[in-house]
Amino acid sequence: MKYIDEFRDPVKAKKLVDEIHKLATSAALVERSQSQPLQIMEFCGGHTHTLFKYGIESMLPDTIEMVHGPGCPVCVLPMARVDDCVAIAEQPGVIFTTFGDAMRVPGTRKSLLQAKADGCDVRMVYSPMDALALARKHPDREVVFFALGFETTMPSTALTLLQAQREGLKNFSLFCNHITTPATMRAILTDPDLRLDGFLAPGHVSMVIGVQPYAFVAHDYHKPLVITGFEPLDILQAMWMLVKQLAEGRCDVENQYARIVPEAGNTAGLHAIHAVYETREHSEFRGLGNIGDAGVQIRAAYAGFDAEKKFNVQAASSSHDPAHLKCADVLRGVMKPWECPAFGTSCNPQTPLGALMVSPEGSCAAYYAYGKLAKRSA
Amino acid sequence: MCLGIPGQITEIVDADNLIAKVDVGGVKREVNIACIVDDEHPAKSCVGDWVLVHVGFAMSRLDEEEAARTLALLEELGDMQAELDTMRQMEGQA
Repeated sequence: MKYIDEFRDPVKAKKLVDEIHKLATSAALVERSQSQPLQIMEFCGGHTHTLFKYGIESMLPDTIEMVHGPGCPVCVLPMARVDDCVAIAEQPGVIFTTFGDAMRVPGTRKSLLQAKADGCDVRMVYSPMDALALARKHPDREVVFFALGFETTMPSTALTLLQAQREGLKNFSLFCNHITTPATMRAILTDPDLRLDGFLAPGHVSMVIGVQPYAFVAHDYHKPLVITGFEPLDILQAMWMLVKQLAEGRCDVENQYARIVPEAGNTAGLHAIHAVYETREHSEFRGLGNIGDAGVQIRAAYAGFDAEKKFNVQAASSSHDPAHLKCADVLRGVMKPWECPAFGTSCNPQTPLGALMVSPEGSCAAYYAYGKLAKRSA
Repeated sequence: MCLGIPGQITEIVDADNLIAKVDVGGVKREVNIACIVDDEHPAKSCVGDWVLVHVGFAMSRLDEEEAARTLALLEELGDMQAELDTMRQMEGQA
């Protein structure tokens, strides 16, 4: 396929890998990686998936270690929020619609899939517009869409809400659980347990928000950051750019994915986001705890389309994972999946205990699927 | 979750509601194009555009020049390296 195949060219990949190895042996980087390997975080779960699918980590020098970030919306969803979804789905007359990713995420009581098995009308949709079509088709039912995801997905839900308003639909609402990337990145940068050397930043979030929102990473925290796409050549080129910055002692925000990411982001998308959503005062992330201003909620002007108001959902109270699950530490990148006692035993893709094992973008599922128990057994 | 896939717009289905048909690797589906139109690039000029599709929305117009530039740069990277390697070898011999 056009714009995909050419970014998987193995010859070009080899050249990039060679260049990365050469940079890693430069005096500056040899010295820097003496005490521990360079820690590069790929923020986005989509990048984690590409890294595993193509075995990219094993091509990298031993002096570079990838730290898998929390950029997987279902993985950072607190269990209590899944409980809220189930509670809404259990209301009479409700059709609860969601992206497929969220179906199997365990709540403290049950997952949406189990709720469906127990008789709730839970439906997987491809697009929020499909949920809107259901609301048109069933005027006697309440259709709720589980609005989940980072900025990539926010324009689609905001535009769907605005469309529902234009059509005067009264039986459509969003259960808003959107979260924002820069605020999450800031939380990671202030985590004392993490000592990162640089970031690969999510390409599709960036096509919406643009390049400037990452400036603080370089400016305030002095870390280099490269925005990148999802094909293997994208990731390798971005790694090369990032390692080059480190070798040259620079920390800049660079954009490897210019074919998709305009400098200023997407004007219409940002406009819709700002029209519909505002910062939520408190937001809890699984693993990261309360990270203040990362969450958004629907503005009061659109209260009629806000499932939280319609169904009187209280913002999720704090819900801690069972002590034997180490999801939080894995999410923050301070523990590898295989170091969790439940990994591959009581927690596996058939019976996932934590969201990281559910989503194909979760690092536990990726390690499990690709049989990669340890990069360096030593 | 944030994944997107490139496709090409084949027709405008509903210009008022900004709905277009897009061909993604042979699969055709209707998508919303509100995020890729503006006064300079109205709906009717979108046919033939390559776009990145995410959850039923065209989220970005693919910049063909930038795509070509990225690939050219990768091409050069190797060529330049080969040249440098040759130069080094020659130096070693001299």
